[in-house]
Amino acid sequence: MPLDGGGRILQPLSAPRRPRALPRDPAPSKWKYRYQRWMLTPGVRGLIRIGVPCALIGIIAVSWYSHGTNKEMVAAKWEEVKATVQQRPEFMVSGMDVVGAEPVLADLVVATVPMAFPISSFDIDLEAMRQKVEELDGVRSARVRVGEAGHLKIDITPRIPVALWRDGDTLHLLDEAGTFAGVVETRTDRIDLPLIAGDGAQDHIEEALSLFRDAKPLQERIRGLVRMGERRWDVVLDRDQRILLPAEGAVAALDRVIVLQQASDLLDRDVAVVDMRNADRPTIRVNREAAGALHRAGQTEAGN
Amino acid sequence: MGDLYDSQRAMRNMRKAAMQRGVIAILDIGTSKIACLVLRFDGPETFRGADGVGSLAGQSSFRVIGAATTRSRGVKFGEVDAMQETERAIRTAVQAAQKMANVRVDHVIACISGGRPKSYGLDGAVDIANGLVTDGDIGRVMAACDVPDYGVDRDVLHAQPVNFALDHRSGMADPRGQIGNQLNCDMHMLTVDSMALQNIFFCIKRCDLELAGIASSAYASGISSLVEDEQELGAACIDLGGGSTGISVFMKKHMIYADAVRMGGDHVTSDISMGLSVPMATAERIKTFYGGVMATGMDDREMIEIGGDTGDYEHDRRTVSRAELIGIMRPRVEEILEEVRVRLDAAGFEHLPSQQIVLTGGASQIPGLDGLASKILGQQVRLGRPLRVQGLPQAAIGPAFSGAVGLTLFAAHPQDEWWDFEIPADNYSGRSLKRAVRWFKDNW
Repeated sequence: MPLDGGGRILQPLSAPRRPRALPRDPAPSKWKYRYQRWMLTPGVRGLIRIGVPCALIGIIAVSWYSHGTNKEMVAAKWEEVKATVQQRPEFMVSGMDVVGAEPVLADLVVATVPMAFPISSFDIDLEAMRQKVEELDGVRSARVRVGEAGHLKIDITPRIPVALWRDGDTLHLLDEAGTFAGVVETRTDRIDLPLIAGDGAQDHIEEALSLFRDAKPLQERIRGLVRMGERRWDVVLDRDQRILLPAEGAVAALDRVIVLQQASDLLDRDVAVVDMRNADRPTIRVNREAAGALHRAGQTEAGN
Repeated sequence: MGDLYDSQRAMRNMRKAAMQRGVIAILDIGTSKIACLVLRFDGPETFRGADGVGSLAGQSSFRVIGAATTRSRGVKFGEVDAMQETERAIRTAVQAAQKMANVRVDHVIACISGGRPKSYGLDGAVDIANGLVTDGDIGRVMAACDVPDYGVDRDVLHAQPVNFALDHRSGMADPRGQIGNQLNCDMHMLTVDSMALQNIFFCIKRCDLELAGIASSAYASGISSLVEDEQELGAACIDLGGGSTGISVFMKKHMIYADAVRMGGDHVTSDISMGLSVPMATAERIKTFYGGVMATGMDDREMIEIGGDTGDYEHDRRTVSRAELIGIMRPRVEEILEEVRVRLDAAGFEHLPSQQIVLTGGASQIPGLDGLASKILGQQVRLGRPLRVQGLPQAAIGPAFSGAVGLTLFAAHPQDEWWDFEIPADNYSGRSLKRAVRWFKDNW
């Protein structure tokens, strides 16, 4: 080697680099050996291969989610995704059909569940809607479903009114169970239905109806039934006549009155009240004039 | 004897448990290397070929899924000499094999090559009560064998029935169900030093492993390197190991004699080390690269650099001719083979119908050994390699692994031993409840 400056080659004093010798004893230490065996145990292997990554992912996810903004972001994103799915045309409801109800009731039903169409079927609470519809007086039961072509279909089974019940100035319709089935403006709207009145009348529709059936011969004259003292019925006829029926055996008592009427035209006379409350002693109250006339007739007779 | 029964039975139960788990390790603790194989058992059907051939030689129901060897430390003459060192070496091998197999093993089957094995031939005879030989009769006839006084410091390693004779018919493998009056049994019993056995037990226990069986390494080498006809007709397997040379004689597929010479390849190495004054590692390298036992004229000209690390040029550049090396190795190899010859003669090997001798083990790879051995041991000498087992790595199919491979076969198909049969009820005094239960079972 040419040495320009005339210097000398210095031997390095540091130890020459040697290839690293293998350790004399490659044996694992006792704990290393045990650790390796432990790691080869199937349960531990499974735990580390599946459990640890899962736990790590879970921890990261929870710590990320615990930040307020991230939480809101997730919630907003979730709502957005939900909305895009729910607003798909397949889930939209575009109209409402009310089936099985008369037009008046149908209008009432539509008014009860106001809805702005189109609306997603996810936003409709069918059960609540059904309950709301069933709360209407004229509806006995209702079935609500989203039918074909995205139409909300409300199947109504209406209540069938069998009587009118006068409560003060309003006339209620009653079905056979005594439940309100609507309101009518005037008596002439439902002239076909019998009229009842009085407190507690609605609980005894059955009895009232049987009295009405029984009173067929008096149909022309009958005005209605009045429940007296929540205990018994009065039959109110025109010309302010009344038949007072007992609490028990009302039908039989009415029958007797009808028989009397047919036999001796009792009710065509100037009678104000036929009191049948005591079956042993039917009583008749005549009108004042009639009573006076009767009185006078007696006097005349006596005077003659 | 009861103690032996218990420990051997415990090992058999352990083996059964290992079979159920399907993973078992083989540990060949030798003087020069420790080999560990991890076997997976999948039942006989799993590896069955499509052509309908069942298990051949019984070894197809398992495969080797992990193999590792390490330099042995602390073992001398096949016996544990330094417990800590051996334990570390076992840990190394087991850990590497486990890593390769990717499975944890808890049960090991080990072999012992040292411990001064000693063979005994026993025989016993019983009268058959009802004319028909049953399982209980087998147990009885084995219990009737008169056990020699083999010493308090020795343990029985193998006790295998090798021959049954019923009246005048001999050479039966399985007399059960046959009719006769007197049943005779020949048994081969192998005992080893208790201390050597206990040390191996203890070493394996310290590695958190359970011992599921223990076999003599000479026996294991024999079953792996002798082919079927050799085992049937009579052959000796010479396992030339590092620190000891195992001898096992087979006849009718049973081991009938086993012994060990406490010399092996390591002694050849130490001779080279002393003769050439080189370290053991260098001597080992020279032996494996240039060693031989038959010198030719060519070997005088082949110079071997034996090297050195002293810094003295003359010393570090020494060479020897290969003929000199052979001159060092040959006397020791001859000595070993002569000793083997003595043992075989003592065993009466020349009376066997076939006198095949199979050399195996790591030291059998010395070039020219078969020629030398045929001069000393007889004409019928061949070099043996272990049987092929499924999944064994290429590096582990050499003759040095015949012991380990033999242990895999032993693990898959252990031979019937004395303790596999029911102990006759009158031989053990305790467990009277069990006896009562059995009496009830037999009578109702």
